[in-house]
Amino acid sequence: MASYAVEDRSVRAIPANEPEVTGDYAAHVSKTMKLEITHADDETVEFDLSGVDVSFANALRRIMLAEVPTMAIETVYVEQNEGVVQDEVLAHRLGLVPIAADPRDFEELLDPEDATDANTIVFGLEVRAPPNTRPNPIPSARRVDRLPGTPLPHQDSDDEEEARKPGGHLHTTKVYSGDLKWLPQGEQEAFLAGRPVKPVHDDILLAKLRPGQSIVLEAHGRKGIGQDHAKFSPVSTAAYRMRAVVEVSDDDVPPYVPVKRPSIFDEDASPDCTARSRPHAAHACKVCEPLLSKPSSENFADKVRLTRRGDHFLFRVETAGQLAPLRIVRDAVAVLKAKCDHWRRELEVAGGGLSEAA
Amino acid sequence: MLQLPHNVQTRWKILPHFLRLMKQHVTSFDYFVQTEIKKVAPNQTVRSEVDPNFYLSYTDVYVGSPSIEEDAFTSTAATPLECRLRDCTYSAPIYVDVKYRRGPQIVTTSKVPIGCIPIMLHSCKCVLYEKSRSELEALKECPHDPGGYFIVKGVEKVILMQEQLSKNRMIIERDAKGVFCAAITSSTHERKSRCSIVVKPTSHGYRVYLKHNTLGDDIPVAVILKAMGMECDQEIAELVGSGDCRIASIFVNSMEEPSAARVKTQKQALAYIGEAIRAKYKAQSVDGVRFLQYAPHGRRSISADEEARDVLAHVVLSHVPVVNYDFVAKRTYVGHVTKRVIAALLDNSLLDDKDYYGNKRLELAGQLLSLLFEDLFKRFNSDLKRSADLVLQKQNRTAVFDIVKSTIWRTDTLAQGFVHAISTGNWVLKRFKMDRAGVTQVLSRLSYISAIGMMTRVNSQFEKTRKTSGPRALQPSQWGMLCPADTPEGETCGLVKNLALLAHVTTDAEIETTKRSCYDLGVEQLGHLNGTALNSHATAYLVFLNGLVIGACSRPHKLAHALRRMRRSKRIGEHISVYTHSVHRAIYIACDGGRVCRPLIIASRGRSRLLPQILEHKTLNVHIFRLALGQLTASGVVEYVDVNEENNCFIALDENQLTHCHTHLEVDPATVLGVVCGLVAFPHHNQSPRNTYQCAMGKQSMGSVATNQFERMDSLLYSLVYPQKAIVKSRILDLVHFDDLPGGCNATLAVMSCSGYDIEDAIILNKNSLDRGFLRCLVLKKHQASIRRYANGTFDRTIGPPPLSSFIQGIHDTRYQRYSALDDDGICLVGERLNDQSIIINREVPIESPDVVYSSARERSQSGGWRMSTTPGSPAKFKSQSCSYKAPAPSVVDRVLLTANETDQFLVKVMVRQSRRPEIGDKFASRHGQKGVCGAIISQEDMPFTDVGICPDVIMNPHGFPSRMTVGKIIELVAGKAGVCHGRQAFGTAFGESRGSADHSKEASRELLAYGYSYIGKDLLYSGTSGDLLRAFVFMGPVFYQKLKHMVMDKMHSRARGSILSYILYIVLVDIQFLILALMFI
Repeated sequence: MASYAVEDRSVRAIPANEPEVTGDYAAHVSKTMKLEITHADDETVEFDLSGVDVSFANALRRIMLAEVPTMAIETVYVEQNEGVVQDEVLAHRLGLVPIAADPRDFEELLDPEDATDANTIVFGLEVRAPPNTRPNPIPSARRVDRLPGTPLPHQDSDDEEEARKPGGHLHTTKVYSGDLKWLPQGEQEAFLAGRPVKPVHDDILLAKLRPGQSIVLEAHGRKGIGQDHAKFSPVSTAAYRMRAVVEVSDDDVPPYVPVKRPSIFDEDASPDCTARSRPHAAHACKVCEPLLSKPSSENFADKVRLTRRGDHFLFRVETAGQLAPLRIVRDAVAVLKAKCDHWRRELEVAGGGLSEAA
Repeated sequence: MLQLPHNVQTRWKILPHFLRLMKQHVTSFDYFVQTEIKKVAPNQTVRSEVDPNFYLSYTDVYVGSPSIEEDAFTSTAATPLECRLRDCTYSAPIYVDVKYRRGPQIVTTSKVPIGCIPIMLHSCKCVLYEKSRSELEALKECPHDPGGYFIVKGVEKVILMQEQLSKNRMIIERDAKGVFCAAITSSTHERKSRCSIVVKPTSHGYRVYLKHNTLGDDIPVAVILKAMGMECDQEIAELVGSGDCRIASIFVNSMEEPSAARVKTQKQALAYIGEAIRAKYKAQSVDGVRFLQYAPHGRRSISADEEARDVLAHVVLSHVPVVNYDFVAKRTYVGHVTKRVIAALLDNSLLDDKDYYGNKRLELAGQLLSLLFEDLFKRFNSDLKRSADLVLQKQNRTAVFDIVKSTIWRTDTLAQGFVHAISTGNWVLKRFKMDRAGVTQVLSRLSYISAIGMMTRVNSQFEKTRKTSGPRALQPSQWGMLCPADTPEGETCGLVKNLALLAHVTTDAEIETTKRSCYDLGVEQLGHLNGTALNSHATAYLVFLNGLVIGACSRPHKLAHALRRMRRSKRIGEHISVYTHSVHRAIYIACDGGRVCRPLIIASRGRSRLLPQILEHKTLNVHIFRLALGQLTASGVVEYVDVNEENNCFIALDENQLTHCHTHLEVDPATVLGVVCGLVAFPHHNQSPRNTYQCAMGKQSMGSVATNQFERMDSLLYSLVYPQKAIVKSRILDLVHFDDLPGGCNATLAVMSCSGYDIEDAIILNKNSLDRGFLRCLVLKKHQASIRRYANGTFDRTIGPPPLSSFIQGIHDTRYQRYSALDDDGICLVGERLNDQSIIINREVPIESPDVVYSSARERSQSGGWRMSTTPGSPAKFKSQSCSYKAPAPSVVDRVLLTANETDQFLVKVMVRQSRRPEIGDKFASRHGQKGVCGAIISQEDMPFTDVGICPDVIMNPHGFPSRMTVGKIIELVAGKAGVCHGRQAFGTAFGESRGSADHSKEASRELLAYGYSYIGKDLLYSGTSGDLLRAFVFMGPVFYQKLKHMVMDKMHSRARGSILSYILYIVLVDIQFLILALMFI
C-alpha cells in the first residue's frame, strides 16, 4: 500500500509559499485576488476565492464563524415551567434558536441591567397544555409477551389513540420555537416596521408538556458574536477547501478512476470523460490521497498525483438562518476591514516609522 | 452487510429467550417465598415446659402482598416508588396457619401475621410482577428496571450473589503439609461439619485415616469401616482396593491397623472410636463445655460404643443419611473417598482443583433469606415459648390464654431481623456459625448499566488481603458462566466477578423424584452390591446424586443418555445436570441449587437442532415464532448445561464446525461476556485489560438512570442533558435497551496532537460543541431533614425567614441573604437559587434546658396550676438546626417532597440541581478503557476542519493507541463513520463479524469509499489557526464518549474557616519537621 501521508508535494504547489512578491503586498493581492460566486441559494453560498494566500482566506473563515454579530436569546425569565425540561436546559435551548433580526438595528448590550429597546428584543412564550379532561383509564394489564431486545410495545392501540388526543392523559403538547411571540418594546415597532423579529424556524422543538402543564416565560435577546457563545455564530459551517490539482503522470492510467462517488474528477463524471478532457473537473474534487491508494488491484497512487493549490479557496458558507449567506460574507469582510483599519490606526499611533518601512 | 448463511446469521435471535439477566435473583426469591418457606415452618412446634398440654404448631406459612403499616392499626398497599420516597421498607406480612391449644380446646386459626419480610422487586409477591408497560408506567416504575433488589428504609439494597465451595462434595487436595487428603464439608439443616480422609506417610508406608473434630485422634479408615459394620477384612479390601492393584498395595498398610489395635468386630471398633471421643470429651470438659450435643437422648448416659455409633451415624459425614444405623451408604462413600485419595497419591493429576467452577455454588438472595428466616423463626418460637411459660406459670388467669391474640405474639422479631440484616448487610446466624458482613450493597444508580451490572455481581468469600492468585485467576471452566472482563481492579480483582450474559443460577430441585427416576432407569441400590461388584466390574459406575452415593449402575452411558433425554423432554427438571466421569467411574447427578449453568443448542449427527425453519417462523407469524422459541427447551432444541456437565459435552462454536462428534452448539460466542462488557464495541479486537477497564468505567458514566429518574429522590443523581444512542451498538446493548437509557454522546473524534494540552491522555474539547450542549450534565443532590415529635410532647418545626427588620443592614445583610430561598413555611421554594450557606430547610428543634422548664412550669402554675413543664403546643424555646446548602457553586431547588415515614416521622426532602457544562479537568472516556481529562477547550474557529467543514468535538492524542492496543476503538470509529454516512446504527457485537451481529471493518471501509471518504477513516484537515493544510491525514470519525462522574467541581476542596496565622504556623512547623528529618538523613 502506498504511503498516504500528505507529503511535501501536496503543499509544495502553494504559490504563496514561494513568494515572488516584491513591493506592496496589498497592491499585489488586490491585483491577483478574484472572487467568483459559483452557487448561491437561501441557505448556502459557494464562492471561489483565488489569488490570496491562506492567511487571508482563513481570517475570513474565522470571522464568519466567530465574529459576525447576530441576535440571540440571552436571558430567560421563567415565570412558570412545569414541564420535564429544566429551567436552565430550556433557557439553553431557547438560546440556540436562531432569531431573524438584523443585528445592525441594535446596539451592544453589556449588562442586562442596561436593557433598552435599542439593545434588547423580548419574546414571550406561553404554552398551556390542555388538561386531562377524560378520566384516567385503568392501565392495561394485558401483557404482550415481550422479549428483551424488542421494543417495548404500548398496549391497546385503540385506547391509546384516544388517549393521545387533546384532553387524553397521554396527550403531549409540544412547545415549538414558533410559539415564541415577539413583544416589541418602546420604539421597536416603529423602527422595525415591516421586518418583524421572529425565530427563523417555527418547528424547533423546545419542550414537551403533559396535560395540564404550562410554560410561561419571557426571553430577552441581545446582540453577540460567536466567540462569546456558539448561539451567536451565524453559520452552521463556514469552511473552505484548497483547490485540488490532479496530475496524471502516466499515459496508461485509465481515463477515469473508478471510485463511485465522487470520482476524483467530477461528481457526475461518466466513464468516458477523462481528466485531460475536463480540466475543470478538479474543481469539485474533495478527495484526498489515501483514496487513491484504495485497497484494490488498481492502485493509482503512483500514477495520479493529487495536490492542493495554496492560493485558490473554494468557500462554502451555510447559514444558520439569522442572516442571509451572502450577508454573512459581506459582514465578515466588513469586520475584517474594520480590524485592518483598527490596526492601521494602532500602528500609526504606535510609530509612524513602522508603517513607513512597510 | 456480508451475506451469511441464513441460520448462522440469525442464530442470535434466540438470545432474548434465554436472557435470564437479573432473573436469578428473582427466581431464587420466588423459590424461597413459594416453596422453601413452607419447608421451614412445619418442623417447628412451640411447647411449654410448664403446661405439657399446651402446644402450638404451624400448618402453613405464606407471604401476603406488600403493604406499609401506617400506624398500629391501618396498613395500605405499598408501591415501590412510594417506599423509596417515604423511606419505608417495601415488605409484605408473613402469615401462618396455626393449630394451638387455647384453654381446653385445640383451635386452628389461619392467616395470623408473624412479621414482615422485605419483598424483592419484580418477584412473584411484588406488585410489579408481570405487569404490562402501561401498568408499570402508572406505578411510576421504569419498564427497563431489572428488579431483583429490595427497598429497605427507602434504600435500594441488593443481596449480592455469594460464591462458595459447594457443600457435601469431596475435594481431593494436598493440605498445608503436602499430605494428600479428601476434604468433605457436610452440611445439613442441623449441623455443619468438616471431615477429611488423609493418606499419611508413616514409618510403615502410607496409611489412611479419617479426621473429624469430634473424634479426637485420627482414626484408621479400616477401623471406621469396621465400626460401620464391615467386619470382614476382605470386604474392606474389596471395597477400596479391588479393581486397581496399585491402590490395593497402598491400602494394605492400612489394613494392618485394626488388628494392631485389637479391633476385629464392629463392637470393638465402636469401642475404640468411643474411647477416642471420650478422651476428647474429657479434654474439653475441663472448660465446662457440654459435649454430647448431638445425642438425641438428651442427658442420658450411654456407653462408649453407643456414643461412637451415634457420632458415626449423625455427626461424621452427616450429609450421608443413616437410617436405623444402616451404614451401607456411608461405608461405600468412605470406601470411595479412600480409593480416590489413594488414586490421587499415585497420580497427582487426579487432585481436584478448588478453583474449578464446577465445585462452586452461588448463594442467592433466596437462600440467604431462607437461612435468616429459619433463624429468626426459631428465635421467634423460643421467645414465644419463654413468654408462654411465664404466662402459663401464673395459676389463676382471668381469661383463657390465647397465644395468638396475646401480647407475647410479637411480630417485630422477624420484621426487625430482616430489615436489620438487609440494611446493614450483616448476616449473623449463630445457629449456622455464620457471620458475614457486606452481604448486601446499596444498588448503584449512577447509570443504568451500573445498576444492571450490580445485579449480575458475584462476591466470593475469600480473604481479600491474601495474595493468593489461584482464586483470582480466570478459570477455563468459567467460560460462558462468568464474564472474563468484568472484574474490579485492585484488592478484589478476580474475587468479585460478574455473570456472563446467559448464565443462570439454579434453584433446588426435587431430590426424591430424581432419585426415583434413577432407580427406574436401572440404578441398583447399594445394599445388594459388594466392593468387587462396584470396583472390578468394568462398566460399573457409582451413581452420585448431589454428592451422595445412591447406587451403582452397570451401563452408565445409557443411564446418562436416558436422564438427559428425560431432561430435554422436561420430565425431570431442566436444570438437572448429569455428568459421567470415567476416571472416577462415577456418574454425578446434581439437582441442588446454586449451580451456574447456561443454555446450549443441542446438536446431533453433525446438525444443529435449531433448524432454520424454527427461526424462519418469524416471517410467518410473530406469535408462532415466539411460541416456537419459547418452547425451545421443552422441545429439545436447547438445554441448560452446568459446569460439570460441560465436561461431557463437545461444543462447537459455529455451525460450520459441527461434526458428528459434537453434542452442542454455542448460542452465540458473544455470550461469554457479561452485560457490562456488552457496552464495548468490538471488544474482541481490544487488549483484554482495556475491556476490564471499560467495565469499571461504564459504571461511572453518566446518562439516564431510569425512565422514572426525575420521580425518584436519589441522594445523588447524575444525568446527561442530551444522552444519545451509540452509533456503534451491540446485540447485548439491544437486549438491555441501552438505546432507551443511554449513557454518553457520540463525539466526532480526531486523533491528532493539538495545542500540547493533550499529553497524558488529556483530551481537547470544542468550545462550540459545549455551547450547543455536548456532554452537558445535570447533578441532583438530595437534602433531607426530618421533623420529629418527641416523647415529652415537644416537636420540631420549620419557620419562615425572620423579619427583615431584625437585620441591621437590611436586604444586603449576608445573614439575611441566607434566607433568600425560603418560603413562609420555612422550606425552600422550587426554582430558587441556592448560594453557599443558603438555608434549604429552616428547622428548629426544642431545647430542654433547665431554665426553660422552670420558667414554663412557673407560668403554668400561675395560670392553671399544671405541674408539667411542657405539654403539646407549649411555647417551648427552640434553637435553629437548619439544613443549609454548602458548595461553592450555586444550585437551584428542583423538587420538594413533604412526606412521612412508617414511624410517623415527618420528612422534608429537597432535590437540588446543578447543570454543568464540561470544563477543564472533567473526566471523559470512550468505551475502550481510554479515559482522559479535558486538557483544553478550544473554540471552533481554532479547531481543525475538513474539506466539507466538519470540526471535531474531541481531539485525542494518538499516543493513546500504541501502548493500549485498543483496536476496537479504531474499528468503532470506522464502522461508526460508515454508519453515519449511511444513516444507520452500526453493530459491534463481540465476535460478531461472522455471525451477522458486527460490521466487518472491510465492509465499513468499502462503504466509506463509496461515500467519498478515505477507506481507513482518515481525513485531510486544515489547521484552524493558520488555515493551512495539516501535513498528515488525520483519523477522524464518530466515537461514543462517556462523561464520568468525576468532575472538577466536586473535587474543589479548601480548608474550613479558621485562623490564617495558625494555619501558616502549622505549615511552617510541618516544613521544619521535614527539614529536621532531612538533616537527620544527611
